[in-house]
Amino acid sequence: MTWLDLTPDEWNAVHLSIKVGLWAMAASLPFGIAIALLLARGKFWGKSLLNGVVHLPLVLPPVVTGYLLLLSFGRRGPIGSFLDEHFGIVFSFRWTGAALACAVMGFPLMVRAIRLSIEAVDRRLESAAGTLGASPLWVFLTVTLPLILPGVVAGMILSFAKAMGEFGATITFVSNIPGETQTLPSAIYTFTQVPGGDAGAMRLTLISIAISMIALIVSEIFARRIGQRVDVG
Amino acid sequence: MTLLVDVRHRLGALNLEASFESAGHLTALFGPSGSGKTSLINIIAGLIRPDAGRIVIGDRTLVDTAARKFVPAHRRRVGVVFQDARLFPHLNVRSNLLYGRWFTPRSERYAEFERVVDMLGIGHLLARRPALLSGGEKQRVAIGRALLASPRLLLMDEPLASLDDARKAEIMPYLERLRDETRIPIVYVSHSIAEVARLATDIVVMAEGKVAASGPTIEIMQRLDLLPPEEVGEGGAVLDMKVLHHDEIFGMTVLGAAAGEMRVPRIGLAEGTTVRVRVRARDVMIATERPQGLSALNILPGRIAEIGKVNGAQIDLRLDCHGDMLVSRITRQSLETLQLRVGRDVFAVIKTVAFDRANLSPGAPLVLTSD
Repeated sequence: MTWLDLTPDEWNAVHLSIKVGLWAMAASLPFGIAIALLLARGKFWGKSLLNGVVHLPLVLPPVVTGYLLLLSFGRRGPIGSFLDEHFGIVFSFRWTGAALACAVMGFPLMVRAIRLSIEAVDRRLESAAGTLGASPLWVFLTVTLPLILPGVVAGMILSFAKAMGEFGATITFVSNIPGETQTLPSAIYTFTQVPGGDAGAMRLTLISIAISMIALIVSEIFARRIGQRVDVG
Repeated sequence: MTLLVDVRHRLGALNLEASFESAGHLTALFGPSGSGKTSLINIIAGLIRPDAGRIVIGDRTLVDTAARKFVPAHRRRVGVVFQDARLFPHLNVRSNLLYGRWFTPRSERYAEFERVVDMLGIGHLLARRPALLSGGEKQRVAIGRALLASPRLLLMDEPLASLDDARKAEIMPYLERLRDETRIPIVYVSHSIAEVARLATDIVVMAEGKVAASGPTIEIMQRLDLLPPEEVGEGGAVLDMKVLHHDEIFGMTVLGAAAGEMRVPRIGLAEGTTVRVRVRARDVMIATERPQGLSALNILPGRIAEIGKVNGAQIDLRLDCHGDMLVSRITRQSLETLQLRVGRDVFAVIKTVAFDRANLSPGAPLVLTSD
């Protein structure tokens, strides 16, 4: 097992990737549910425009998305400088920037999964809850949310998986700094660029596969459990 | 408590213009499919906002478009039992039952969990998921769930329509107990004359989005012109009669009312109990003289109060039997041959075996149906 002995930099990359993935997933979840609700239920002008914007990272080259993030969330970008001045939040060349890039790239996948499950909810159940005295907010928390939970979990897993594999947007936006923004894909890429880096690239590749498999299995178990709970018969 | 509904609403091809007032304990909204019954229920429940009009329960105004008042569904405290139960699939039966209770102010909770569960016979289902219940069980749980929110008014939208006859018979006694053991006013939607005659104290007849007639069940049931074509054969008068005594030798029960005595197959009810009897119009024969040598046991003297419209070969007569009304359906030919006119004294003849004893259940208020 000596070949699995990772250098501190490699450990950092593993650790950072998981941290970035979890943050990207958690931070985009409330927005993902809100946007999915809006797209599934809302009737407003510009809905297809919003839908297009949400799906844009799916079709744009990741480098373009990363560059756009750099322009807007960079130190001198309009949003980036505003956040830095007023809240002290900095994205450029930090791991938080990597998380933002991953969140943006995974967002369309998350919204899609949640939106589909919202559209599958029987709205008559919601009106029944209303006649029993539940206000719209309570109806959402006690009826809608439990019923869309499988879709929410699927969306979270997709977002996390996308974050684990995100490369182009991340490296364009926050570069490839070991210990700060060097996630697994960036580290693997770095190994392939230096002579004799094959062993390191292979180690990280295997770890990458293992993390992805575990994520998939966990999501399967979750989905099955929830599926049993909300089985409509 | 009085329910006042006076609303106008356009919904696709249906132009709903309904206005009625009912102080009845169980008011049936009766009419064919597409007559606007369910829309009216949704409007009363607050699930549809009417274009114009007023809805008042007791002293509480729920909707008054003129005053721009609209109480949203979750603040109305109007319970609904839907045709399709609509139980929450992610909750077990107990949590479904307790759902509405949670949102009811403590001071207004009058429904007791144990009593409702007992009344509906669902104690053994509490831990189950809705997916594992039969249609009849689902509907009973749905009734319990609506009741346990302690509503001020209970709306039931064809709660039996999706069930087969056996399940209907299973639920009917629970509905009767609901009507008699609780004090909540109920509005009950149905297109079945048998259900309405058995359950309703008052009837609102709907046709094409409008109220064709409304009033106490006994009065409305005599008017056969109000029935939809597919239910005309089921139409007939409803009488509330008292059990006078039982004839043990021949296995019969003698009922009494102003109209006179009526013999029906033996029913297991104590003397003095009130029984609702539905006499289908086509089971009532007319004789101009008291018949002799006839097997039919029930011969009630009366006077022709009204001769209805001709319907093909048939015609309906309304008979005034000392204040009780009976309806008889005879052929046009008999009307001519017997020279029947309004005001003429006749005899109504009804066979004892025309009454069905299949739906007799001890303890529950009983309905005898001549079919």
